[in-house]
Amino acid sequence: MPADTPLLSTVLHSEADTARLARRVAPMLRPGDVILLEGPIGAGKSLFARALIQSLLTTPEDVPSPTFTLVQTYATPDFEIWHADLYRLGSPDEVIELGLIDAFDTGVCLIEWPDRLGEMTPENAVTLRLSHGDQPDDRQLTVFATDPRWQALAKEVQPHV
Amino acid sequence: MAVMKHETLTVLGIESSCDDTAAAVVRLAPDGRAQILSSVVAGQTELHAAFGGVVPELAARAHAEKLDLCVETALQQAELDLRALDAIAVTAGPGLIGGVLSGVMCAKGLAAGSGLPLVGVNHLAGHALTPRLTDGLEFPHLMLLVSGGHCQFLRVDGPQDFTRLGGTIDDAPGEAFDKTARLLGLDQPGGPAVQREAASGDEKRFAFPRPLLDRPGCDMSFSGLKTALLRARDAVVTEKGGLTRQDRADLCAGFQAAVRDVLMEKTRRALAGFAGPIAAQPTLAVAGGVAANTAIRAGLETLCTDLGVRFLAPPLALCTDNAAMIAWAGIERFRMGARDDMTLSARPRWPLDERSPALLGSGKKGAKA
Repeated sequence: MPADTPLLSTVLHSEADTARLARRVAPMLRPGDVILLEGPIGAGKSLFARALIQSLLTTPEDVPSPTFTLVQTYATPDFEIWHADLYRLGSPDEVIELGLIDAFDTGVCLIEWPDRLGEMTPENAVTLRLSHGDQPDDRQLTVFATDPRWQALAKEVQPHV
Repeated sequence: MAVMKHETLTVLGIESSCDDTAAAVVRLAPDGRAQILSSVVAGQTELHAAFGGVVPELAARAHAEKLDLCVETALQQAELDLRALDAIAVTAGPGLIGGVLSGVMCAKGLAAGSGLPLVGVNHLAGHALTPRLTDGLEFPHLMLLVSGGHCQFLRVDGPQDFTRLGGTIDDAPGEAFDKTARLLGLDQPGGPAVQREAASGDEKRFAFPRPLLDRPGCDMSFSGLKTALLRARDAVVTEKGGLTRQDRADLCAGFQAAVRDVLMEKTRRALAGFAGPIAAQPTLAVAGGVAANTAIRAGLETLCTDLGVRFLAPPLALCTDNAAMIAWAGIERFRMGARDDMTLSARPRWPLDERSPALLGSGKKGAKA
């Protein structure tokens, strides 16, 4: 569960801002990292994931929405990326059927609608909460995590957002 | 290519790669005509409304039970038993991990028990070859596959010869319809609900974008449309304190018109790239649930009439996910000599056109099933 105090809170002013942040986070990731992407439809969850994934791929690939397929995986030189949209899940047990539990340990996971994980939410995960801001293109980004690894990462990212 | 012409072929098809589980028996007569002897789909539509989205079946055991029941019913309705079959065709991908795996395991079990040959089929090939099942269409043709999870233009030159001309780079239109319904508090599945509302709406009131029309080629993007819709909705809510029925109808109509216009323009481009030197009478065939949307279909029909292109839309039951198309694709592959064995594996990702540059990734590992 996210700690109460955010590690980072900032406003992203455009889709380009969101994509830029994703590309900054990407090279810092390593196997076992889990990013939970919270926020309503149209907040930019998939946009963030797409920019992050595409920046790590050695050969360009489409990164389609995982809403229908639930999970899309991508091979990078160092690890496999799992991009999941759990909106359509009926129960947390189905997280196991999807093979996500193993992926939490071995891959890098980007999870949309992570509330469906329930008790299976990994403790070391970082939560990126995106919400609509004052201006139409603004997105409020709030980052929560308990694992100290993400504090260092937030510090690294902060001056650039 | 070893095409055997004068032979009756009867094939059982099994499909469980998406949200539905299905089985069907299709027979190809010596005169070349195909007949669907049975087609059973165990859907889950009745469950959708409660969740605001389509709920996929992930549990392998539930899949296996449903598959057994579907196969049994399909054989019963065809009044055949396994011994009367020539082969078993099964969707080996792409699709939901657990579903594909369960279908392949079921087909392997049946093949091992009966000694029948096994033919693995690409789900998208099933859609792309359906106009040959329903209308005996000759190669080549242009296919627009537009559904909940897919949106692409395919040039179909043979049972195993597909060229992807373009597709969505983010959301599929069916998904955009579902999300629009979610944003406007309409029932799921979103396609029929949005279409119903749009019928009484003014498509010109909200100026929604037509994404990627400024870029050459046949690629499409529908993700930005939902953001535009959200913005328009919130502007009305801020102004009036809520949405009237008419506001909602106008939003639906504007959204639907945007999807229609994008699909029409990209289809026009795909046809221009496709027709050229090839077909004297080019044909556009459509498949997928979104092709059932009346506004979109009317737009595509108008376009085809204007361009002198034949427009072909198989009956809805064969446009959406079903197993008859898998049995038929199995027959087409079988006639070309394709046989799979117990090493047939599930491929959650399986692009039809392995030559195209931008494709879904690879290296999917097996599921827990």
